[in-house]
Amino acid sequence: MIVTNLNDVIKVGIAQMDIVKAPNTIRTSGLGSCVGVVIYDESKKIGGMVHVMLPDSSLNRTNTINEAKFADTGILALVDSLKREGAQSYKMKAKIAGGAQMFQFTSDKDSMRIGPRNVDAVKTQLKKLNIPIISEDTGGNSGRTIEFSPVTNMLNVRTVNKGVSEI
Amino acid sequence: MNFNENITSIHLDVLKEIGNIGAAHAATALSNLLQKKIDMRVPDVKMVSFNEMMELAGGAENVVVGIYLRIEGDANGSMFFILPLEQANRFIRSLIRDDSFDFNTPPYSDLGLSAMQEMGNILSGSYLSALSDFTGLKIYPTVPGLSIDMFGAIISIGLIELSQISDTVIVINTSIYEEAISDDKAVKGHFFLMPEPDSFATIFKALGVPTT
Repeated sequence: MIVTNLNDVIKVGIAQMDIVKAPNTIRTSGLGSCVGVVIYDESKKIGGMVHVMLPDSSLNRTNTINEAKFADTGILALVDSLKREGAQSYKMKAKIAGGAQMFQFTSDKDSMRIGPRNVDAVKTQLKKLNIPIISEDTGGNSGRTIEFSPVTNMLNVRTVNKGVSEI
Repeated sequence: MNFNENITSIHLDVLKEIGNIGAAHAATALSNLLQKKIDMRVPDVKMVSFNEMMELAGGAENVVVGIYLRIEGDANGSMFFILPLEQANRFIRSLIRDDSFDFNTPPYSDLGLSAMQEMGNILSGSYLSALSDFTGLKIYPTVPGLSIDMFGAIISIGLIELSQISDTVIVINTSIYEEAISDDKAVKGHFFLMPEPDSFATIFKALGVPTT
């Protein structure tokens, strides 16, 4: 894929979300156990990305909640902002990547298994909202940088050891 | 104790001292291991957002060698030892006496990986035993894990526990570097110690620092 400099790359940080319209692209770097969720509406050439850290907002113990941090609230918030930008919910599709286990431990601590739990939670929430998952690159033990283009509707996934793929 | 609001400059100084003692012991251990002069920087203690954390070692996408372990016991938290690939190459080549070893080109030789793992064990072990001696706290490190990957992917595992409680992290950051290399910007190794919010009160209490 050739990304020209004429277009902007919208950067999404950890526990953040944002919206992208063609011809721009949207990107998040260094996904480990976190999951990058892309939801898009092809007909409107619009998409959005959320960088989820934790599976469920019931884990939250802060006074104010950052919705983008959790799979359940993050996906809801992303769908809402896509709708505000004119996307139609019945046309929405999703692509997801991430949820790796970066370190292998024989610890019973739940946080060590957070990658697979994040992936499960993302899938559950997308299913609840009837948003089909078109493609995914999840699990394993590699970090990922992902970039989505609402022009091609392809998600570019880059890893350190396994190169680049388009899903 | 609400760790975000009640941290004073005295507390920050105490945390710096922890970084200082820990990293000094680790630097000595590394120096003995490699027979090279290893120096360290004055520790930096900061409260940062998760995204600011990514910038402390070259950005989320920067590929590094990362050693990670969890601390459990009287105090809980995460500890990372992060090396730029070039510096890790220098250390491991010198340890295993093989100049062809290169973290830039996987797959890596088992010998190189186990040398890196062992170096991680030694460094984190000396950092944490110094911390334990200094505070009198019983802390048990898990066996360190090794990953050669993007910094963001590595460090985020240490933010998971914290992220349930907070959107910021207090990180004790100490850098060590090889004295013989003049351009020290490219060749720093970082220790990042990130105690969990609930553990700060324990640490301060152990050192006789008032927390209210």
